[in-house]
Amino acid sequence: MKLSPGLAETIIVHAREEFPNECCGLVAGRDGVATRVLPAINTEGTPFMYVMDPREQMDLMEQIEDSGEDLLAIYHSHTRSAAYPSKTDVELAFFAEPLYVIVSLQDENTPVIRAFHLERSAAEGEQITEEPVDIS
Amino acid sequence: MSTVKIPPVLRQAAGGERTVEAKGTNVGEVLSALCEAHPAIGKQILTSDGELHKFVNVYVNDEDARLMQWTDTPVGDDDTLLILPAMAGGQ
Repeated sequence: MKLSPGLAETIIVHAREEFPNECCGLVAGRDGVATRVLPAINTEGTPFMYVMDPREQMDLMEQIEDSGEDLLAIYHSHTRSAAYPSKTDVELAFFAEPLYVIVSLQDENTPVIRAFHLERSAAEGEQITEEPVDIS
Repeated sequence: MSTVKIPPVLRQAAGGERTVEAKGTNVGEVLSALCEAHPAIGKQILTSDGELHKFVNVYVNDEDARLMQWTDTPVGDDDTLLILPAMAGGQ
């Protein structure tokens, strides 16, 4: 996935704004290149969990589809752990196509963004596949 | 038959269809019929025990089925269901 430095910064700023709670949102794109970041509301509002508001989720997905873009990624922050999917992230990964982008603020001065394909119904050990994020 | 709206991210599992028709007198029956016709959807929204995952939302005519009678909510031919798996996770 290609992510411009500006869009990467949008995700990081969102994560910092919501800190210590997790943030979440969507990344729209075309042909693997991110075109927009769409921040959403984490209805849980906790440092340990995110659940996107379902109505907003549907609205944003339709907005992306109507504009001819693809839903490239679903992003959320890890405020105290690495940018790697947790057991809960995998268990709740209902969407096989979009990437799951995680921004970690574990080191607050050096945010880390990584992306993964998650397959909740795959065999253990085969559920997480990292995809490179080209921030340039 | 009820109409089931398929959100963009699940369409591939539904053969690319935006809506599909499924038979049943309540939400549970309609979802069973849907998953039988499109097993790839079932793989996404059901638990290993075959139950609807608690993080999958279902709306009947835009009303949250959980606030009605959940899978026992009666549905008819004029009703439209929307399946919306949550975007959720946690560290």
